[in-house]
Amino acid sequence: MKLPPLDYICPATLPEAIAALAVHGGNAKVIAGGQSLMPMLAFRLAAPSVLVDIGRLPDLKSISISAEGIDIGALVTWRDIERDAQLAQAHPLLAAAIAHVAHYQVRNRGTVGGSMAHADPAAEMPGIAVTCDAMLTIVGSTGTRILSANEFLTGGLSTVLGADEILTSIRLPLWKKARRWAFEELARRRGDFALAGVAAFYDIDAQGLAHNAHIGVIGVADRPMRLPGVEAILDGRRIDADVILQAAAVARDAVDPADDIHAEAAYRRDLLGVLLERALARAANITLPEAA
Amino acid sequence: MTSARPVHFTVNGAAATVTVEPRTTLADALRNELRLTGTHLGCEHGVCGACTVIVDGAAVRGCLVLAAQAEGREITTVEGLGSAAHLSALQLAFRKHHALQCGFCTAGILTTAHALLTEEPHADEDRIREVISGNLCRCTGYLPIIAAIMEARIAYRDVQCEAAQ
Ligand SMILES: Cc1cc2nc3c(=O)[nH]c(=O)nc-3n(C[C@H](O)[C@H](O)[C@H](O)COP(=O)(O)OP(=O)(O)OC[C@H]3O[C@@H](n4cnc5c(N)ncnc54)[C@H](O)[C@@H]3O)c2cc1C
Ligand code: FES
Ligand code: FES
Repeated sequence: MKLPPLDYICPATLPEAIAALAVHGGNAKVIAGGQSLMPMLAFRLAAPSVLVDIGRLPDLKSISISAEGIDIGALVTWRDIERDAQLAQAHPLLAAAIAHVAHYQVRNRGTVGGSMAHADPAAEMPGIAVTCDAMLTIVGSTGTRILSANEFLTGGLSTVLGADEILTSIRLPLWKKARRWAFEELARRRGDFALAGVAAFYDIDAQGLAHNAHIGVIGVADRPMRLPGVEAILDGRRIDADVILQAAAVARDAVDPADDIHAEAAYRRDLLGVLLERALARAANITLPEAA
Repeated sequence: MTSARPVHFTVNGAAATVTVEPRTTLADALRNELRLTGTHLGCEHGVCGACTVIVDGAAVRGCLVLAAQAEGREITTVEGLGSAAHLSALQLAFRKHHALQCGFCTAGILTTAHALLTEEPHADEDRIREVISGNLCRCTGYLPIIAAIMEARIAYRDVQCEAAQ
């Protein structure tokens, strides 16, 4: 369908953009890459009276790596991430996850900030943000607030963002060098949204035992989430096939996915277990025995 | 103000101004205002890739970009790749390999492949397959498309050599 009638403005500065949002209240909507919003408009699932294009705002396009962490501007695209070799070294889990996001043409425009704000339950970026304890910077008429990814996401396609607020950047904590990690997802076709996905990492202590395990999942609930029960099984253990199978069993029980047109709940639950097994085996660099 | 207003950009090397409502997509502006109907619209919501055009060197879905967002940008459409009298190397390879049947998807695939090979003239078959997965073709079964793009790579490498000299 064609888009509903709307107005369009393209402010040159962040304060102007926020002021424009504030003036229009809930009737205005930010547009960044447009790769989620344009389809929503075409389906008329959204019908704002005005679009505030933040695509030309300065300072939101940078990726910077410092002692404080990895700062990714809201307007950084999937393509920018794909092409940043330094970032891939600094955060291999992020790079691996983002490699699964969308198709070539969509990757050229879709942004990190747009993905966080759109909050698709199967999207990779919010999944990484939740798994890695990311902090988000949000600027609005009343000031700036910094929230964790968990506080930011409130449900499927919903966040705490107020009508006059813009997400400006996301900070990931620095990545430890010898960290074990893996990202696994299943999509029907590369670039499609995942039916389910797992982001996993842990550190290894001097005895060879896992600690600081972070296990995050996408596509199996209304938002990405960590699985503390699975993390508890991994922490303090040597990761071998037994531990991995135990962890996968706990993961299957820990999630309660909904049936939808893409997959039944039981399928997703089972898939999650398989993906977790694969992720942990890959992270530990071991081969699991073939299932009987 | 939802009424029409002017947007300026460059299309296939020539300056153009279109006067369109803000809700107009870039693909609709190209087709309806500039009559560049080589750019096709299939789904109009981002899944088929038929509408692919190149904006500042990057392949994008023309149905997911507002014309207004293209203000000041350089756009290349399928009409800019070659002409009926002078097909580009990529287009010749498509003809040779029968990489199209109904042709509905072809403009989007040509623009996508052109952007890819311009940036990555050494793209391997896996990379080409991955990139083309964003374009739906319901006729060919893709194999001739992959073969044509693989063969056209050499022409883009030559361009890079010339540019370096
Ligand atoms: C065919 C197709 C396949 C896709 N596959 C995947 C996939 O596999 N995985 C995946 O994760 N995504 C996928 N996407 C979505 C894509 O990654 C989007 O780019 C992304 O979800 C949104 O980013 P955007 O910049 O395009 O945001 P927009 O579409 O511009 O905006 C999305 C929403 O976020 C709001 N918003 C945007 N930026 C900000 C900001 N800085 N502050 C506050 N609010 C903001 C907008 O108001 C809107 O509500 C796919 C899209 C398509 C069309
Ligand atoms: S018409 Fe644009 S992706 Fe289908
Ligand atoms: S040639 Fe008919 S859809 Fe591709």
